[in-house]
Amino acid sequence: MSDLGVLSQSAPARPGRRLMYGNEAIAEAMIAAGCRFFAGYPMTPFTEVLEEMARKLPEVGGVCMNAESELEAVGMAWGAAATGTRAATGSTGQGLSLMQESLAEITLARLPLVVLNMARGQGDYWQATRGGGHGDYRHLVLAPVDVVEAVELVQRAFHLAATWRNPVVVMGDYYLAHTARAVEVAPLDLGPAPPTDWALTGRSGGSGRAKLVSFLGSVKQRDDVGYDLAVHYRACAEHTAAMLRDVPPLVEQGLVDDADVVVVAFGTPGAYVRAAVRSLREEGHKVGWVRPVTLVPFPTATVAGAGRRARAVAVYENNTGQMIDDVRLAVLGAAPVEFIGGLSLDPSGFGIAPDLDVGLLRRRILDVVERHR
Amino acid sequence: VNEPRHRPIVPTDHPPSAPARLVDDFTPALVDVGAHQLCPGCGEPIAVRSLMEAIQELELVDRTVAVFGIGCFTAFSNNLDVEVLQALHGRAPSVATGAKRARPETIVVTVQGDGDMVSEGLQEVLHAAARGENITCVMLNNGVFGETGGHMSAATVLGQRTKTSLEGRDAVAHGRPILLADLVARLDGAAFVARCAVNSAGTVARTRKALLRALDTQRAGAGFSFVEILTMCPTGWFVETAEAPRYLAERLGAVHFSGVLKDIRGADGSPR
Repeated sequence: MSDLGVLSQSAPARPGRRLMYGNEAIAEAMIAAGCRFFAGYPMTPFTEVLEEMARKLPEVGGVCMNAESELEAVGMAWGAAATGTRAATGSTGQGLSLMQESLAEITLARLPLVVLNMARGQGDYWQATRGGGHGDYRHLVLAPVDVVEAVELVQRAFHLAATWRNPVVVMGDYYLAHTARAVEVAPLDLGPAPPTDWALTGRSGGSGRAKLVSFLGSVKQRDDVGYDLAVHYRACAEHTAAMLRDVPPLVEQGLVDDADVVVVAFGTPGAYVRAAVRSLREEGHKVGWVRPVTLVPFPTATVAGAGRRARAVAVYENNTGQMIDDVRLAVLGAAPVEFIGGLSLDPSGFGIAPDLDVGLLRRRILDVVERHR
Repeated sequence: VNEPRHRPIVPTDHPPSAPARLVDDFTPALVDVGAHQLCPGCGEPIAVRSLMEAIQELELVDRTVAVFGIGCFTAFSNNLDVEVLQALHGRAPSVATGAKRARPETIVVTVQGDGDMVSEGLQEVLHAAARGENITCVMLNNGVFGETGGHMSAATVLGQRTKTSLEGRDAVAHGRPILLADLVARLDGAAFVARCAVNSAGTVARTRKALLRALDTQRAGAGFSFVEILTMCPTGWFVETAEAPRYLAERLGAVHFSGVLKDIRGADGSPR
């Protein structure tokens, strides 16, 4: 397993740049990636993605559905995806809770789908990375740090979904949704995706080999009755194993080579941790950072390497400690792993974190440095 | 291609007096496997067959995507010669909506039971109907959760015995049944709504006629079409197989009235 290098941190100066809020840029990136069907249900801080898709998709011949519930939004996306149309849905973590039953079965039906979680805080790490629904399946999970990276990762998400015929979750938050950045949304050339010869068009009916898209199996039983679930579930398990083995983890890291303390954070808090670590370095403190960009697959090798070299690993999340499990599994006892907080105390409930503050982070990181001097 | 078949009608109101012998293979062209594991006397295979025959008669075989819900009828989701998209219990109308909107040239039909459509997913069918979604929803209504072994659904009629209403459904204890076709017909987006049954040769013929009209409504782009089909479930009703057609008529049929409840198009197919 190899970790890829650093992703772009700032937008290059190009004439195509335009000032956009994250949700608008994400909508444009989806359309640039070929998304032609979107279904959603309004919920802060996801809502503007739905607004933008409702406005922009018809202009390119696509369809946007303002569904009557998250249950129906994911169902509509399921139906569109089954026809080979590039499809997406999304919500906040709360809305995704409603979608989980379908998201589990969509995965076992081997359908590509992009799912946005414009989350409230980071309390949905387990929901996204551990499954969230019933049964034995995994989603790929990408967590952009800012609007610029989101434009790239959203497009990668569609390519990964098409390549692996598996849902891909893009994890954002209130900050990503509502921060304006000057970005250019240019289609990324990520190479060809496999053909969608499995997709339903109606046209194979009457051929004796009419297509079937089902979470119970994809083989028509001509000589027997019923589905062979053992065969289907074994194929799904092998597919999941291959996907987790072959999709390269993405990660950003900095100043880790001689660091005594390495801080791990993902998404928006990753940018704050990066700023805090850099300012501590300027004062001579040997600290570094690792920011997982793919949460599934987790950049285990990079985190493990940091753990072998450092005296301690600190984890900051805007929750009570969820990703820290994956950090501990990567470090495997090579260094102490300490949680340095991040629980949102936000009275709005939207995941605006009062302790997401570079000064506060500096003090907490210094505490870890002092304890392990 | 679609020659009407004229065969002697088998009486279904009494058990056969002589042992059965194979005189012909009646397996419809669109059902790949003749055998199925549904109970003797079940009405669902008749309903699914009627739907397949209607699809064939209208020459929609190579345009159809059938979206199946979850129930005993799911046994047919992988042996039909039309394209099938398997949905979750309750969720077929939204899945069908996505497929139809993404590929408007297809004919999209859902197959669900009363547990699936009236209990678990009531909002889905009502929203699809209200949107005037250009799909056809078919509900196989036996008033019981047949696959789990005979439990009360939201369509179970008063007095009907189920494993969760042993003395019969009671209005005070369990509430009253939802008459879904009547509810759907009230929505402006619904273009064609009918309730039929498959407990006799005559009702099967009317079911087929309703299915033809529903599919034609979708083909014309006239809006949402809905066919509720009352089906026998002797196992879930705890009645003798031969008694089930009569039980259907006297119990379910006395509450869920058959007929065309709504058809906004004229006889020639034009909007009224």
